[in-house]
Parts: sequence; structure tokens; C-alpha cells
Amino acid sequence: MESMSVMAEDMGYDPRAGETRDAKEGTTQEDRARDLGMMSEQLKNRSMEVFFEVGEDENYTYPWTDQVDFNKRTELDCEGKPTTQVNKDIRALMAEGYGTIVLKNPRGMHSVGVGILNKLNLIVEGSIGYFGVGLIDGPNVRIQGRVGWSCGENMMAGTVVIEKNAGSTFGAAMRGGDLVCKGSVGSRTGIDQKGGTIIVGGDTGAFSGFMMQRGRMVVCGNAGKNLGDSMYDGTIYVGGEIRDLGVDAVPAELTDLDKAWLTRKLTQYDLMPEKGIDHFTKIIAGKMLWNYDNLEPNEKKLIL
Amino acid sequence: MCGIAGLIHRGKSSDVGSEMTSMLTALKHRGPDSTGFAVYGEPNEGDYIMRLKVAEQEDMASGYDMQDKIDARIAIVEKRLAEHNASIKAKDSATPYALRYVLSHEGDTEAMARYIEDVEGTEILSLGNALELIKDLGDANVVADNYGLRDFKGTHGIGHTRMATESDVDIRSAHPYWAFPYNDVSVVHNGQITNYWLKRRQMEQKGHRFMSSCDSELLAVYTADNLANGATLEDSLKASIEEIDGVFTYLVATRDELGMAKDTMAAKPLVLYESDDMIAMASEEVAIRAILPQEIDTTDPYDEEIRVWKA
Repeated sequence: MESMSVMAEDMGYDPRAGETRDAKEGTTQEDRARDLGMMSEQLKNRSMEVFFEVGEDENYTYPWTDQVDFNKRTELDCEGKPTTQVNKDIRALMAEGYGTIVLKNPRGMHSVGVGILNKLNLIVEGSIGYFGVGLIDGPNVRIQGRVGWSCGENMMAGTVVIEKNAGSTFGAAMRGGDLVCKGSVGSRTGIDQKGGTIIVGGDTGAFSGFMMQRGRMVVCGNAGKNLGDSMYDGTIYVGGEIRDLGVDAVPAELTDLDKAWLTRKLTQYDLMPEKGIDHFTKIIAGKMLWNYDNLEPNEKKLIL
Repeated sequence: MCGIAGLIHRGKSSDVGSEMTSMLTALKHRGPDSTGFAVYGEPNEGDYIMRLKVAEQEDMASGYDMQDKIDARIAIVEKRLAEHNASIKAKDSATPYALRYVLSHEGDTEAMARYIEDVEGTEILSLGNALELIKDLGDANVVADNYGLRDFKGTHGIGHTRMATESDVDIRSAHPYWAFPYNDVSVVHNGQITNYWLKRRQMEQKGHRFMSSCDSELLAVYTADNLANGATLEDSLKASIEEIDGVFTYLVATRDELGMAKDTMAAKPLVLYESDDMIAMASEEVAIRAILPQEIDTTDPYDEEIRVWKA
């Protein structure tokens, strides 16, 4: 009983006596959240997207990273090795100063090249499996085959270019860098994308851009159903047909700035369509979901 | 999680047994509880191949007289085969509880199958002119070695490595499932079916039998029901997208076809390789690479996609 009394004293109110914190302190949960910096201003149809300076140096390096020389090149044969060994070998080679590493015989191996927080040219001669090159911050990766599910998940910086197709959840929760698939990708591309650029040369499947928060996605081919479902922010450009849009995803005008950016990016990765980019459709968030919690029940039904 | 794999050679037989073993070995990490194969040899119209189990693996440790019980069950099975004018042309047993018969039979195979499954502990794993359905506890290598599968030659096959999430670790809950009573139709599945009980009740009201409480069995029964109503395999796969709720990717094999269907959410993986000679598919590309180490192009089927290939 003593401990309960002490607890009530610490809390400033006694729940056993039916007191609530709000009544005792005269504050609301919203007030307290604001005091703690957990709530910002009401969001009213304004983009939260941060546009980086073109010349900004994105190659942020960590203090413990190895100094590598891009001209120092070596090959690493994955044949018969478990993934953990391949990833350890990559780190060991970086520690020796190798800045260009060629992976041989990956044969669909999962989780290859994850967590590389350094400058590096990583060339994969073949295809890799699930969760390839996730959580990377800095390397330039070129994959000559295809990738499985969740390639580039949580990628922070760098460039990943895949020559063939990719599986689902391509670039999930990606935060920065360029993730490029020259072929087609599976479903839920860029789910929870928080930044960076995803470029798909072919088609993308259902629920692409689901709960997208920032960043840009470019799909040169067709997009499956529920494109941009529940997206908060960010921009999706589609060159082909869109099967249908998800909740709160709306078409927007393709501006000259968009066209200039698309031209630059698609040219950079040799994916510029022959007929140009004027036919692209731009999709953004309608922002109706931003204030969802403040809506009346009937209004919520109207949105969903 | 479970892993599924399928393989079909166009217009020729190949080492399907060893190929499927390699593919499923590569998928072992997706499900270590049990492994199953449904492989198809050249159809022999005159003979039926029947694979059945008369006990579960775990039953073997349940008492000193288990072997006596098994012998008694086998005797009843063979007596009932004779009552249905089925003559036994060959008989093998890879394990004490799993048997393979080659039968000569003319007449109602469904009635015969139901009569045999009435024997205590007995389940027909497959019945047909080309299908050999093998499933047991353990990984692909263990099952393939125990059942002598590596030398099997045929046109196509499907397989499954199981991580039990919805039902027990036993043979009756292992995949593939035979689409009773349809000769040569088998199913493997990766996913969860959320309207399982609703659809199961519907199927049971139509007279279909369920041997397990594994949701994947529903797909076999559902396919059998559609085929019985005159649907093609393609029709059945297409209808399942609308009628089966949940997240699923499943493969169906018939005597000369292999089909796949992916649910409306595309939440379960499948990687597909197609060439003029063969089609291979699996939950992960690493399984396809186990038999095709050279550089190949593969794709992911999309949501609501169905495909059917002919051998």
C-alpha cells in the first residue's frame, strides 16, 4: 500500500480515487504532447518534401569508414559461401582499401551487400535474392541480373542499378539515394518510402507507393492497382497506364520542373523513353489523410 | 512461411525427381517440418498408381504392437482392393507406414478410394495414372532418399517445404494434397486462407472429405469440386482469386498441366522462369538457381495473376 501511495504522489494524481491526470493538471493529452514537441502545426495541404540542393554532397561518411580506392579492384567468388561470409569478406576487402569489388556467382543468394556504410563500387555479376543491398549508405551498386524481394530496403544513400527485374517491396522504407531497376518490379514498390528516388524501367505491381511519405518514384511502364494508396507525401510519375489509384492519391499537373527533373534522371540511367516524358502522369497525396484523426466519423467514411 | 516449387518440361521427360529435390533443398529454410513431392511420370492408362499411408510417423512410437496394427490395416486394404476387383501388380513400401501399389482396375475409383480410406489410420495420398505423391516429415534430402525419389523421371512436378503454422506437424497436414477423388491432380500452397471454415463447410455439405485441418487442403478440395463441375484448370484458378480469401500463392498440377494462382494482394512470393524447354517456379530464386546455375531471366507474377502451362 505504501508503494501505491508513493506512486500516486509521483504521478501527481491518484487513479484509485478516480482522479485523472487531465483533470488534476488541467491539461489535455494534446497539450502535453505539444509541450513535449510531439505535435507540430496542423498540416494543411502543404508539402513536407525537402528538396536537396543539386550540388550538395550526399556522400556523408562515418568516422570509422575505411579509405577505399575506386581504382583498386578485386573479385570475390560467392560459390559455396554463406551470405554472412560474403558480407564479411566485402568488409575485409574494404579494410584493405579495395574500392571496386566484383561479386561472382551469387546465384540468388539472400542479403548480399547489406549494411555497407561506405563509398564502394560493388558490381554483382549475376542475380541476388531477398533483402539485397539493404541498409546501405553510400555505395554504388550495379547488379547485372535480377534481385528478389525488398532490394534496397531502408537504403540511405548511394546508387543501385539493376539490369533485369526486381521482386516485390522494392525500395521499402527507402530514405535516400537512387534505386533503379531497368526491368519490371513486383508489388508494393516503395512501400513506406521516406526519401530518395526509385526508378523502374518497366511495370510495377499493386500497392506501389503504399504509405509513401517522401521521395520520388518513376515508373516508365504500367502501374498496378491502388497506386499510392494512403500516401502522405512524395511524388509518383507513371509513363504507362495506371490500373487505379489508392485512397488519397490524386493526379497533379506535370510542371516544367517535373519534366526537367524526369529528363535528367531518366537520361542519367539510360531509361529515357523514345517519345519523351510529356505523357507521364504525376500522382501526389491528396492530403485528406493528414488530418484523419480530427475528422468526424462521417467524414472519414467519405475519404475511405 | 513455407516454400513451394514447380517444374514442367515441355514435350519431354527429365530427371524431375532429382531436380525437385534440389529445388526443395534450397528452400529448406522456409520450412523444416515436412517435405512433399508430387511428380508425374509418363501416364500409363492401363494401371493406377496408388500411394497411401496407414499410420503417421509418430504412431510408430506409440506402442509395442503398432507394427501388428499396421499389418492388419494393410491386410484389410488389400482385401478391400480385391472386393473392388483391383488386382495388385506391384507393391512397395518405403517406410513401415507408407505404401505404393500399382493396380489394375476398371470401375469406380472414387468408391474404391472411399472404401479404403474407411480403414483406420489410412489415407490415400494419391491415385492416378501418372502422379506419385510422396510426403513425410524431414527435409527434402531425407524424404527423397527414404522414398527413392532421386531416380524418378517424368515431365513435371510440384513440391513443398512446410513450416507448420495452422495445424500439426504430421503427414496428413503436409503438402502436396491430392485433389480427391480426381486422378492425378495435386496442390501445394504458401499462405493463409481466411475463409477456410466457411468454404470447408460448403464443401463438406457437397460431400467432399477433409483429412486434416490444414487450410491448404481446402484448395485441393476446391479444385476437385470445380473440375467435377466441368471447369478447366484455368477456370478454377481464376475463380479462386475471387472466392478464396486470404494471402496465397498456390500451384496445381494435373496429368499434363501445371498452373499457378496468386491472390489479390500479391503477398506471397513466386519467382518464375520460362524458356522454350521448361518452366520453373519457386518461392525464391535460389531454388531455381539450384537447377539452372547459368544466368537466366526471371519474373515475379503480379497480383491476381494465373498461368497454366502444358507439358
